[in-house]
Amino acid sequence: MISKILIANRGEIALRIIRACHELNIRSVAVYSEADKDSLHVKLADEAVCIGGARSADSYLNINAIISAAEITDSDAIHPGYGFLAENAHFAEVCESCGIKFIGPSPDNMRAMGDKIAARKIMKQSKVPVIEGTVEPIPSHEEAIRIAQKVGYPVIIKAAAGGGGRGMRVCHSDVRLASAYVTAQAEAASCFGNSDVYIEKYIEAPRHIEIQIAADEHGNVIHLGERDCTIQRRHQKLVEESPSPVVDDELRKKLGQYAVKAAKAIKYASVGTIEFLMDMKTGEVYFIEMNTRIQVEHPVTEMVTGIDLIKLQILIAMGEKLPYKQEDIVIKGHAFELRVNAEDPSNNFMPQPGKINQIHFPGGYGVRIDSHIYSGYSIPPYYDSLIAKMIVHNTSRDECISTIKRCLDEIVIDPLKTTIPFFRRIMDDADFRKGEYDTSYLNKFFTVERGEE
Amino acid sequence: MDPRKIKELLKLMTAHDVVDMVIEEGDTKIKLSRGTPASQVILQPAAVPSVQQVFPPVPPSVQHAESGPQQQASGAPRAANLKEIKAPMVGTFYRAPAPTADPYIEIGNKIKPGDVLCIIEAMKLMNEIKAEVAGEVVEILVENGHPVEFGQPLFLIKS
Repeated sequence: MISKILIANRGEIALRIIRACHELNIRSVAVYSEADKDSLHVKLADEAVCIGGARSADSYLNINAIISAAEITDSDAIHPGYGFLAENAHFAEVCESCGIKFIGPSPDNMRAMGDKIAARKIMKQSKVPVIEGTVEPIPSHEEAIRIAQKVGYPVIIKAAAGGGGRGMRVCHSDVRLASAYVTAQAEAASCFGNSDVYIEKYIEAPRHIEIQIAADEHGNVIHLGERDCTIQRRHQKLVEESPSPVVDDELRKKLGQYAVKAAKAIKYASVGTIEFLMDMKTGEVYFIEMNTRIQVEHPVTEMVTGIDLIKLQILIAMGEKLPYKQEDIVIKGHAFELRVNAEDPSNNFMPQPGKINQIHFPGGYGVRIDSHIYSGYSIPPYYDSLIAKMIVHNTSRDECISTIKRCLDEIVIDPLKTTIPFFRRIMDDADFRKGEYDTSYLNKFFTVERGEE
Repeated sequence: MDPRKIKELLKLMTAHDVVDMVIEEGDTKIKLSRGTPASQVILQPAAVPSVQQVFPPVPPSVQHAESGPQQQASGAPRAANLKEIKAPMVGTFYRAPAPTADPYIEIGNKIKPGDVLCIIEAMKLMNEIKAEVAGEVVEILVENGHPVEFGQPLFLIKS
């Protein structure tokens, strides 16, 4: 029985989890850095503990401090949110050894999918299609070139311990690959503590389709449909939607089966997401990675399925069986999420922390705002720039776009520069309205976009 | 800095015949030099002490006492010569090394840098909190056995 949950996170996701706890009659404990003492999640939690200085390493990544906070508040469980320690197997182990329930999958699940090379291997063994490439770390640049020539250029080098679009390089030739191999390794060692890299054939102009799954600790696994997250800038998602304009019932069923198979192969328990790329030239879909956590864009799935994923995640952690069978999952209508960032789109998306004087959030039919900001709040410069998620649900994709446009006209976050004007441009774009785009879509909005090497 | 990272960097240095490398990350600066049979690692101290390991016990050097006036533990402004010693970590505050032992300090005691003031217990580890300033203990702000959070004022010291 879980009666008190410590939320090892901040910002909008901390708020989201606190709200789910409240509905489940579970007491919530917020932890915060000195920079976040005025944060909304601190105000709304039942208890709050300051755990360290502003830098993430001193606070939200400080395992000692977080566990201590759980001990002095007698918390039964820790929810890691996303980012920070959410996919840190060592942290999950420490929780276990301290008798604190980690709300997420097991350390073994995380390690299996956290190593992107091992994940590819597991998928291949489970007959889930993966992109042509390696399933072992690459030992030398000669080997890298040999593989690239076999697979065919262009190729992409990725860090085994990376993910989320970081530590990747596209290469079109042997010469480029040789130097990219060395720099990718150095970057991987520096960012992720592990220099292992692997190669995949690079799919030009793909779409990013991911499947949400939920699995309980009794072996039951279901999928909750797909999210299309193709609209990205520098591999960071900006707009997500469900259902995907390029996924029909048959493909949804197939992708769902792959996802469930993948989860069962590693005996996964909790919520998670399996990411695929769709090659728009051939229509083929390939596994790229699995995220063993709740994701930023989870509300999109919540709106079309009517299921509260954070509550579900907590119930799974309490040992309960999934309250749904696969046939209970029905996708209704269409939903979008827009990630509103405190960035200036006219200045290369430079982060713009600062004080907010006035906020007005849109509302009305089909509108949901997940945000931790309020009038008078100062956005600290130490963390990511996501300040609000604008989530819209309506009967059709066109209706959604109409609602989004109304919201973009109504929303006020004064005097900050945000990505709102940029979203207005996207909503007016013909290709977006037709649902026809790939991951290079946003390039057309920039006069000069630095390409990859 | 994560020791695994350092290990990976050393491997790469050897593999690619790099002799010297300097890496800066926040307040930490590390210089790696290769040229003698074993690679040398020279760690420059970070400006702010931070506790990174999970196990073995690490006695953190204490939070500097605030040098400004107006400290606000209870809202009352502090006199100019009163300094707060704040908790450098989250945990349970103990005034003595053991339940039956005498407290480390009492009101009226004179302290100097390096003196152990109290224990903060975190994850079953007893961390000695040492003074960084000299002065006289004027007030003890937390009761024995009570939880403290990061930055919470523990003692008032008159310099």
